[in-house]
Amino acid sequence: MIHIALQKKLTAVQGDILLDINIDIDQGDLITIYGDSGAGKTSILKMMAGLLQADKGCIICNRNTWLDTEKGICLKPQQRKIGFVFQDYALFPNMTVKENLFYALEKRQSKKIIDELIDIIELGDLQDRKPQKLSGGQKQRVALARALVRKPEILMLDEPLSALDNKMRAKLQDYILKVHKQYNLTTLLISHEISEVIKMSDIVCIIENGKIVKQGSPIGIFTTKQVSGKFQFSGEIVHIEKEDVIYIVTILIGTNFVKTIAEATEIQTMSIGDKVIVASKAFNPLIQKVN
Amino acid sequence: MDWQPLLLTFKLALITTLLLLLISIPIAYWLAYTKSKIKPILETLVSMPLVLPPTVLGFYLLVAFSPSNTFGGWLNDYLGIRLIFSFKGLVFASILYSLPFMVHPIQAGFSKVSSSIIEASYVLGKSKTTTLFKILLPNIKPSVLTGIILAFAHTIGEFGVVLMIGGNMPGKTKVASIAIYDEVEALNYDVANWYSLVLFGITFSILLIVYLVNGGYLKRFWR
Repeated sequence: MIHIALQKKLTAVQGDILLDINIDIDQGDLITIYGDSGAGKTSILKMMAGLLQADKGCIICNRNTWLDTEKGICLKPQQRKIGFVFQDYALFPNMTVKENLFYALEKRQSKKIIDELIDIIELGDLQDRKPQKLSGGQKQRVALARALVRKPEILMLDEPLSALDNKMRAKLQDYILKVHKQYNLTTLLISHEISEVIKMSDIVCIIENGKIVKQGSPIGIFTTKQVSGKFQFSGEIVHIEKEDVIYIVTILIGTNFVKTIAEATEIQTMSIGDKVIVASKAFNPLIQKVN
Repeated sequence: MDWQPLLLTFKLALITTLLLLLISIPIAYWLAYTKSKIKPILETLVSMPLVLPPTVLGFYLLVAFSPSNTFGGWLNDYLGIRLIFSFKGLVFASILYSLPFMVHPIQAGFSKVSSSIIEASYVLGKSKTTTLFKILLPNIKPSVLTGIILAFAHTIGEFGVVLMIGGNMPGKTKVASIAIYDEVEALNYDVANWYSLVLFGITFSILLIVYLVNGGYLKRFWR
C-alpha cells in the first residue's frame, strides 16, 4: 500500500498551477496517470523519486515514510527503493547494455537477477552493445530492465512509449505487463494515450491543471455513457463532413482511419480533436482473414 | 643551447596540470550544479586570470609571499615554505594563472550532461561521488582532455607571472619563456630562436593532438 499526498506550486507555460494530489495505490496494482502535457504528471513522479522537492505532503510506501514535510522527513532518492524509467531512456552512454544493468546492482546483491532480466526482456543479443547503437525500443527495454535490477517497491514509468511507433509500443506494453505480473510490482505509469491506459492499467487517475478530476477503472472512466458494446475502440475525431441529413465522422484509431455516421444532435457535442469511443454491438460483424 | 630551461618548463607544466586537475574537478562540479547566490562571484574570480595582466597577479603574489610581510613571513617561519624566487612559488602562481583554462572546459562538460542520466544514477541508489566518477567523468572525457591540454599549454606559455614571482634563477625558476627574453636581451638571437622553435613545435603538436582526438579523427584512422 502506497499513500501519496503532494502539493507543489508549478510554473508551467500557461502560468502557475497548484499541483495538489492524493492517491492510494494497492500493492500489485498498475495505475496510470493520464492528462495533457503540462498538467504536472512528470512532477508527481519526480517528487515520488525525491528528485523534486514537494512544498507540502507525505509519501508512505509499505509503512516506510519517504516524505513527511510536517515531521521534516525527506529521504534522498538513493534511499527510496524505486525503479524509474525516464522519457529519454537515460542510459549511461559510457557503458554497454550489460554494464548499465550491472551498475544498478546493490552491494552484495546476487548477479542472478541480471541474467534473469536479460532473459525475460530478451536482451541477450544486445548486451554488449553501447546505447548509441540501439533503436528507441531497444533502449527502452534496457531502461526497463535496469529499473528492475534493484527489485523496486514501486516501478515508475514516465511516458516510456511516447517516442515509439505503434508496433514497438504494443510490444513494449507487453513487456511491461509481463514484468509487472512476474515480479508482483506496483507500477505507476504516465500516459496520454487512451488505448494504452485501457490496455495496461487497473486504475486510472485523470489529472487536469494539477488536480485529479477522475479516478477509477479505465473503461468506466472513459466510457461516460454505459455502452454494452462488443467492439470498443478509442480514437480521435479528425474530420466531420455533412452529407445530406447525416454527418460523416472520420476517427483516427491507432493508425487506422474509420468513417462512421452521426446524427445532427450528436454532432452538436462533438468537434475535431475530441477523444471518442467507437463501439458496436455484435449484430453482424464481418470477419475476414488477412495475411 | 642549454636544455635546462626547457626541461624546467615542462616539469612546471606537468606538475601544475596534475595539481590543477585535482583542484578543478571539484570547483567545476560545484560551479556547474550549484544554485548558490555566490556562484557569479566565484565564477568571476576563476575567470580573472583571463583578463588580468599576468604582472598584476605576479605583483600581488610577490607582495603577499615576501618574507618581510606578515603572511609570507608566517609561511617562511612556521611552515618553512618560501614561495618567491622558488619553484614551489612558480607552481602555485601557475595554478592560479591557468585555473580558468582547466575549470571552464570541465564545467562546460558537466553542464552538457543530461540531467536525467544523473538522476537515473541517484535513483539506482548511487551516491554523488560514485555518480561523479562512474558516470559524469567518463562521459565528459573530451572536456577533461581539453582542460588538461589547455592548462598544460598555457603554463608553458606563461611569462609575466613567472618573471614577477620567480625571477630568473637558472635551474630553479628560469623557464623557457624567460630564457628567450634573456637571450634576446643579450643579443643571442640564434639561441632565442632555438628555444622559440622548440616551444612552437611542441605546443603546436599538443593542440593538434587535442583537435584530432576530440574531433574523432584518430578513432576513424585506427578503425
